[in-house]
Amino acid sequence: MSEKVKEPLFSKKNKKLITDPLSENNPVTVQVLGICSALAITVSIEQAVVMSLSVLFVVATGNVVVSLMRNLIPDRIRIIVQLVAAASLVIIVNEVLKAYLPDMAEKLSVFVGLIITNCILMGRYEAFAMANKPWPSFLDGIGNSLGYGWILVVVSIFRELFGTGKLFGVQIMGDAVEGTGAYSVGYMNNNLIILAPFALFCVAIVIWVQRSINKNLIEH
Amino acid sequence: MKFDKNSNSYTFIFAICLVVVVGAALAAVAMGLKPIQDANGTIKKKMDILTALGIECTRADAAELYDKYIVEEECVVINSKGEIVEGSAFDIDIQKEFRDKNRPAEDRNYPLYAADIDGEKRYVMPMVGKGLWGPIWAYISLKSDMNSVYGANFFHKSETPGLGAEISTSRFGDQFKTETISDNGTFKEIKVVKDGSGTQPFKVDGITGGTITSKGVEEMVNRTLQVYVTYFSTKKQ
Repeated sequence: MSEKVKEPLFSKKNKKLITDPLSENNPVTVQVLGICSALAITVSIEQAVVMSLSVLFVVATGNVVVSLMRNLIPDRIRIIVQLVAAASLVIIVNEVLKAYLPDMAEKLSVFVGLIITNCILMGRYEAFAMANKPWPSFLDGIGNSLGYGWILVVVSIFRELFGTGKLFGVQIMGDAVEGTGAYSVGYMNNNLIILAPFALFCVAIVIWVQRSINKNLIEH
Repeated sequence: MKFDKNSNSYTFIFAICLVVVVGAALAAVAMGLKPIQDANGTIKKKMDILTALGIECTRADAAELYDKYIVEEECVVINSKGEIVEGSAFDIDIQKEFRDKNRPAEDRNYPLYAADIDGEKRYVMPMVGKGLWGPIWAYISLKSDMNSVYGANFFHKSETPGLGAEISTSRFGDQFKTETISDNGTFKEIKVVKDGSGTQPFKVDGITGGTITSKGVEEMVNRTLQVYVTYFSTKKQ
């Protein structure tokens, strides 16, 4: 029996697990998953970052857990087992946020709990972790949640800046009441941008830009 | 020994083990974080009381400012008849009492917080009620005459953004600032109206598209204020 060559931790294949979901196979813009949360919580960058980190924890840890158990899970209840893994990780995230970031937990409110309905989770658990070893599954989880995260952050930068004139909660467009900065030349905060429908336009613009750059993504 | 992964018995045993392990882990996390979450809740309560008094505060300085302005000795707990009962005002969880179905409404306790701001007395009354989708609550503060409203902040858990959720904006709460809670010592209801006559005494404008939430506010405010007015009228005599 020939000795099996040990695959390096960051082999070309493993690196692809991280880079692929960032653009080529992005969960939000290409697979069009997890859109609901992208619409709901991208009003401020802070919220988008906390949400992305929460999803990162749930997807990466969940992928590892499901992958470790993949040979033990009975086929008939595999979706339930994946759901239990997702639900319990989401509860942990929610409890930790409530304890250490209470204001953020209040702002995100139900959306942290709703991470469980984020299709990216079940998609990764079922499609990847059930068939792969823990390390590649972990990388796959990281890659996909980063792919989700950067879209959220881009959308939220746009919405926070033009919707409220702030970035990371710091007023940078000048003072709307005093009429300084950009407001002195007639700029006004656009309230439509804060509302959920605009997030949809914003995601659509990201999709448009991405597909103009990468012609492979255009469906025929 | 090779298990048959798809047999009924294996599936059952696997499911039971999974539930036990996950249940234990979650219980451990929840219990471990409970003290920190409770501390956050206490600070939030102090912040809400201070905000109703018009004092700006953050999580960091809320406890300090609370100790500075709130006069612990004058904070009292009253019962539904307006009589003072034993107990510490801050420890009373009115949300819990309101939700407790085994507790008749007459047995509820009503905390009253007293503050001394630069020599002027102010009072804060917390209250809870029902909105359309979930609980709503408020802190209303009074001036030293125990009759004129100084500030009112409304909160909600799950009202519709843009509609019922508007009760938590200052635009809605500030309408109460011109109100009084009694007319010559007798309680008079504050109406939340639709016809735009909210600027008149004992009337405030409701929220467009948030009728049920507005009704909930009206019910909550009047049900609670009635008790406090009884207490204030006995105290003034």
